Amino acid sequence: MSVPPRSSAGAVARISLTYLALVALGALFSVPVAWMLSSSLHELAAVFAQPYRWLPSPLHWENYVRAVTLLPVGRFLVNTIVITVPVMAATLVSSALVAYGFARFRFPGRDALFALCLATMMLPGQVTMIPLYLLFARLGWVDTYLPLIVPSLFGSPFYIFLLRQFFLTIPGDSEEAALIDGASRLRIWWSVVLPQARPAVATVLIFTFIGTWNDFFGPLLYLNSPEKATLTLGLNLMKTQVLGSGVVEWNVLMAASLLVLLPNVVLFFVAQRQFIRGISMGAGK
Amino acid sequence: MKAEARQGWLFVSPWVIGFVLLTAGPMLYSLYLSFTSASLLSVPQWIGGENYRRMASDPLFYRSLANTAVYAGMGVPTGLLLALGLALLLNAPVRGIGFFRALFFLPSVTNTVALSLLWLWLLNPEFGLLNTALRAVGIEGPLWLQSEAWAKPALVLMSLWTVGGQAVIFLAALQGVPRELGEAAAIDGAGAVRRFFAVTLPMISPALLFNLIMGLVGALQVFTQAFVMTGGVQPGSEGGPNQATLFIVLYIYKKAFQEFDMGYASALAWALFVLIVGCSALAFRLARERVHYEGGQP
Repeated sequence: MSVPPRSSAGAVARISLTYLALVALGALFSVPVAWMLSSSLHELAAVFAQPYRWLPSPLHWENYVRAVTLLPVGRFLVNTIVITVPVMAATLVSSALVAYGFARFRFPGRDALFALCLATMMLPGQVTMIPLYLLFARLGWVDTYLPLIVPSLFGSPFYIFLLRQFFLTIPGDSEEAALIDGASRLRIWWSVVLPQARPAVATVLIFTFIGTWNDFFGPLLYLNSPEKATLTLGLNLMKTQVLGSGVVEWNVLMAASLLVLLPNVVLFFVAQRQFIRGISMGAGK
Repeated sequence: MKAEARQGWLFVSPWVIGFVLLTAGPMLYSLYLSFTSASLLSVPQWIGGENYRRMASDPLFYRSLANTAVYAGMGVPTGLLLALGLALLLNAPVRGIGFFRALFFLPSVTNTVALSLLWLWLLNPEFGLLNTALRAVGIEGPLWLQSEAWAKPALVLMSLWTVGGQAVIFLAALQGVPRELGEAAAIDGAGAVRRFFAVTLPMISPALLFNLIMGLVGALQVFTQAFVMTGGVQPGSEGGPNQATLFIVLYIYKKAFQEFDMGYASALAWALFVLIVGCSALAFRLARERVHYEGGQP
C-alpha cells in the first residue's frame, strides 16, 4: 500500500496524454518539411500528381543539380560568405568593446547612455532606412557590400546588452591582477575577459551568422546586380524566374530552398544550447 | 578616476559614434524629409505638412493600416496562446523532451525567403498540401493567397509555424517557477487550472509581456512574406489580390524604392514609428500592474 494505485494510474495516463499531444503536434509541425523534402526529390509531373505520392522513386537528385545551376549559386554562396564573415567579426569586436565599457568603467552619464542603447533595440528600422539609403547612395556605396558590412563596426545593442550582462558575472580579480602587472585595459579585454566570456561570444557569433546569412531586406535594398546577390536574395531571384516560366518547377524551388536552409539547420543542431541561451537572455532583461 | 572615465568613454565610443551617425542623425533627417518632396536625385523641396495631409486622404495608406491591424490582431494573440500551450507541453518531465523542443523550435531559426517559398507551395490552391488534405476530408479549400479574404489568414497560419522562439521564452520562464509554489497551492486544494491562473501565470507574466511586445512589434513590421509570396513576377505587383496584403512596411518600401517618393515614404515611416511606440507604450502601461517581477521591479 506504499503507492496509491489511483495516482500511479493517473500519472501513466498523464504521461501518455503528454506523448500523444507531443507526437500529434510534432507531426503537424514536421509535415511541411517532409513535404518540402519529398517535393524536392520528385520529377515535375509527380509533384502535380493526384493523389500525391509521398515517397519519390527513383530519387531525382538532379533537381538539386538544377537548383544550383539555374542561377550562379556558387557565386551567391561566395558573396554571402564575403558579407557574413566580416559582419560576424566586426559585430563581435565592436559590441564586446562597448559592453566592456559599460560593464567595468564608471563615468558620468554611463547609465543613461546604456538605457539609450537598450532603447534603440526597440527602434523600427524603417524610420532610418530612407536617410541611410540616401547617405550610402551619396557615398557611391549602392550595389556594393559596404552598406551591409560597415554598420556592424559600431556595435549592436542586443549583443552589447548580452555581453555586458555576461561580463558582469565574471569576477574582476584576474583583471585587477593583470592591471597591477601593467597590462593595458585593451589588452586585458582581449586576453583576460574575452576568453572567460566564451559562451556569450559563441552566442553572439551564432546569432550574427543567422541574422546576416538570412538577411533579405538589406541585400534587397542595396544589391542591384544579380551577380552580387546573396543566397537569400538569389533564392528570390530564382522564384521570380521559375514562377515566370510556363510550368512552375516546384521541385527545383524546394530543392533550392532546402539548400539555403541547410546551414541554419546544421548550426542549430551543433549549437542548440547557445540558441536557447541567447533567446532566453533577450527576454530576461 | 578621471582616467577611468576617459577609458570608459573610449570603450563605448564605437556605439556612441554609430548612434549619432546611423541612428539619431538619420532619424532627424528622415523627420525633415517627411516635410519635403524628396526623390532619389532631386534636392528636397520643403512642402510643409503636405505629405501628412496627403496621407490623411490616401486610401492605400488606410488600406495598409487596416491590413497590418488585422494581421497583428489575428496573429499576435493566437501566436501567444499557441506558444504558451507548446511551452506548457514542452515543460513536461518526460523522456525525449529535448527532441521535441528542438523540433518545435527549428522552424523559427530559418530563412524567411525559403520558408515563404515552402508556404507558397503548401498553400497552392490546386496542388498544395493544405488543400489536398482538406479535399481528402471533403472540403474544397480557399484560394488562400489568391483570395482577398484568405490571404491574411494564410500569412497568419504561416506565422504560427514559427512560434517556437516565443515558446522557448515561455519555457525558460516556466522553468524558473519554483516547484514549491505549485505544491503549496495543491496542498491548499487548488486544482490544476486554478494553480495555472493563480501561480504559474503571474510568475511568467514578464515573459508574457516580452512576447506580447516583441510579437506586436514584429507583426507591425511584417514585410518579407508579403513581398515574396504575394508579388507576381512583375516588380511593383506586390500586395496581393486587391491589395489584401499591402502591409505598412511593404507600402513604405514600394513608395521609397520602387517609386522613389522619398518624402512621402518618410512621412509613412514616421507614422509607423509613432504607431509602434504607441502600441508598445500601451502594452507596457496596461501590463504594469499585472506583471509580477520576482523581488520587486527590475
